[in-house]
Amino acid sequence: MTEPNHETMLEVSGLTAFYGKAQILFDLSLTIRRGEIVVLLGRNGAGKTTTFKSIIGLLPPADGEIRFKGRDITHLPPHKTCNLGLGYVPEDRRIFTQLTILENLEVGRQPPREGFVPWTFERLFDLFPNLAERRNQDAGTLSGGEQQMLTIARTLMGNPEMIILDEPSEGLAPVIVQQLADTIRRLKQEGVSIFLAEQNLNFSRFICDRAYIIHQGSVCHESAIEELSDKEYERYCSI
Amino acid sequence: MGFYLVQFLTGWADASGLFMVACGLTLIFGVSRIVNFAHGSFYMVGAYVAYTLITHLPATGMSFWGSILVAALVVGAIGIVVEVLLLRRLYHAPELFLLMGTFGIILIIQDLSRWLFGAEDLLGPQCPGLSGSISILGSLMPQYDLVLIAVALLILGLIWLLLNRTRWGILVRAATEDREMLAALGVNQSRLFTGVFFLGSFLTGLGGALQLPKGGADLLMDLNVIAAAFVVVVVGGMGSIQGAYLAALIIAELSSFGILVLPQSTLVMMFLVMAVVLVIRPYGLFGKPESMVHEAAGEPSATLRPAPARLKMLGLALLAVIALLPLVAGEFQLVLLTEIAILSLASMSLYFMMGPGGMVSFGHAAFFGGGAYAAALLVHYLQTPMELALGLAPLATGLLALIIGWFCVRLTGVYLAMLTLAFAQICWSIVFQWGSFTGGDDGILSIWPSAWADDKIVFYYLTMVICIGGVLALRAMVFTPFGYTMRACRDSPLRVDAIGIDLRRHQWLTFVLAGAFAGLAGGLYVFSKGSVFPDEMAISRSFDFLLMVLLGGVETLFGPVAGSAAFTWLHDQISRLAFWQLILGSIFIVLVVAFPQGIAGFFNNRFGRYFGAEPQG
Repeated sequence: MTEPNHETMLEVSGLTAFYGKAQILFDLSLTIRRGEIVVLLGRNGAGKTTTFKSIIGLLPPADGEIRFKGRDITHLPPHKTCNLGLGYVPEDRRIFTQLTILENLEVGRQPPREGFVPWTFERLFDLFPNLAERRNQDAGTLSGGEQQMLTIARTLMGNPEMIILDEPSEGLAPVIVQQLADTIRRLKQEGVSIFLAEQNLNFSRFICDRAYIIHQGSVCHESAIEELSDKEYERYCSI
Repeated sequence: MGFYLVQFLTGWADASGLFMVACGLTLIFGVSRIVNFAHGSFYMVGAYVAYTLITHLPATGMSFWGSILVAALVVGAIGIVVEVLLLRRLYHAPELFLLMGTFGIILIIQDLSRWLFGAEDLLGPQCPGLSGSISILGSLMPQYDLVLIAVALLILGLIWLLLNRTRWGILVRAATEDREMLAALGVNQSRLFTGVFFLGSFLTGLGGALQLPKGGADLLMDLNVIAAAFVVVVVGGMGSIQGAYLAALIIAELSSFGILVLPQSTLVMMFLVMAVVLVIRPYGLFGKPESMVHEAAGEPSATLRPAPARLKMLGLALLAVIALLPLVAGEFQLVLLTEIAILSLASMSLYFMMGPGGMVSFGHAAFFGGGAYAAALLVHYLQTPMELALGLAPLATGLLALIIGWFCVRLTGVYLAMLTLAFAQICWSIVFQWGSFTGGDDGILSIWPSAWADDKIVFYYLTMVICIGGVLALRAMVFTPFGYTMRACRDSPLRVDAIGIDLRRHQWLTFVLAGAFAGLAGGLYVFSKGSVFPDEMAISRSFDFLLMVLLGGVETLFGPVAGSAAFTWLHDQISRLAFWQLILGSIFIVLVVAFPQGIAGFFNNRFGRYFGAEPQG
């Protein structure tokens, strides 16, 4: 399952979402296929996080349809979306600071999924050696990079078939970003499909297959990552 | 020596009972953020059910302990019913609205208990085999007290194991920190909440049942225990089990020894401890600051706008009706309307600090009752004329609010609300226990208006002028630069701080203004009734004001007026019926489920566009 095949994993069509009275998303559509790494690029406030929250079920959309593995998940509550195999790593990490690292991982635990090697504490500590040393430490004592690793590990405990990562490289030191890129590519090898939001073009080029650009709440560009020119990127994403 | 040891152990036994109630409350609050006012009612039900079972079964140790366990399970089951049928529908409603639902439950349980178990106080049965005392260094110690201490320690240990060594417990602790993230990790919150609600209710039911041999069962238990339980939870830190135990121990020991030094101080002591702890450690002994960042994305509260022309026309029409009413209405209606106007001013002052001010008070009766007592004492001791007393009452309560507010604005959210409750209880205890000065339970009688205002119609007009003036003044203040700052403090404390506004000072001023206007209402009230009793300062009075504000809706400026009118009218209509509390409670619950925006909020949504206001939510 290393190469992308053409099976559709996630299909979003005509998504419209509001935050209070403010409309954030306007008729947004996109597709992620199994095994792909797809990036959603866009400025602050373009609607990246809102898109993700709508998909997960944290912000019920006003209109449109979201399908995951062919199943309509538009109005499912977050825990059911997660149970279907869609993991979510939020932008602000949101680790449980008063729980230990092991306990954080335990919270994420879901039953194994057919066709995937189940994630265990040992496999995750193998992937994130830094966490292994501190497994009984309160998660609140971790550095920013370690917290980011922990949120990813915690989501993996749910044995997801697809992960949504909201700006994973934000605020991390370059060496940690490199580690993160390696981790994400490793996940792809495991067969996990990945949809991430980014503002870091180099990081995205290094790991992604395809790119969408979101501008003022709708998709304005879609292509393979190699076909995304700097000029096109700057048109929508430079500040 | 033995005497002090027994005194200590007795305090510890009291602490054990208190811990079991507080422990359930703190668990429920930690996970669901619900301030469950009905928790004391569950405690009462636990006591009644256990009493009924024990007295109907043969008096053996088996049946005694079995009855206690069954009673706790029954209360746990009631908790599940309440959570699934009512609270679950309200998790997305504003948090304050949940309070109204739990008030409804208090009223319903109160009347159902009266109907099922009778109105007279029941003396608790003794525990077979443990009714004697043992001698400790020459002093006698009831055996049952020692058992209570052991049981509470056992429960503390079991809950610690449950929370730290089981997956369920880890999920509960995670939910305490970030419920939304927990859902995104695939955990079904509803089931978790129901489980926690069961456990919390079970524990308080157990507490109520276990205290039977030391006390008994009566219909006042619910509100009596809830105030104490809140204090324990807040002192210990919301959501902390160890904190609850330690806080219960500190408070019970202080009362146990305090009674030796100053027998009159027991009621005040508990609340004084709370005030001191919260000033030193604002989030309690083991508490963590409330995180506001990860609350579910709710609707931002609606912007308050000055009244559009059509609404002003409606207001004028209403004024005309009020002015002409004495021509047609009888004396009884005028008295009712006078009361409505006074309560409207009081609840408007509460709304002023709750809505635009963003500070919820569970103890507003301190200022209303404070104003009433200030006026009554002035008249009683100094023969002050009504006009002067009415002017001095708000000054007195403003001063009281200045003192209480200094403590309260150091805190936020539920902690602030709890501290207001604590201070209100201190004020109530002083009035209640200082009989030689305040008349205690007998109150102060014969406080009548000056001769010119003694006529019901004249007093009606006087009240209307003062109350409408007060309500409009409070309303106008919301739209002054001070009002803008006040609302900014509510909406974003950090940003307000960052642009150089002294947050606390503004909140303090809001507090004082609210206190002064409530005092004015209290002063008027005492002249309208001719007397004042400690009830005007009691918790249930504070709850009344909260209910009026919530009934009207917290997002509209005239909500409190509508709420007070509805509440007072309803109360007047049904309080002559048997089981009126049951009816009132049911009405609240229906209202909460049907109109989560309150009465005025409902009309605003329905007809707001006509009056030029934007619809909400």
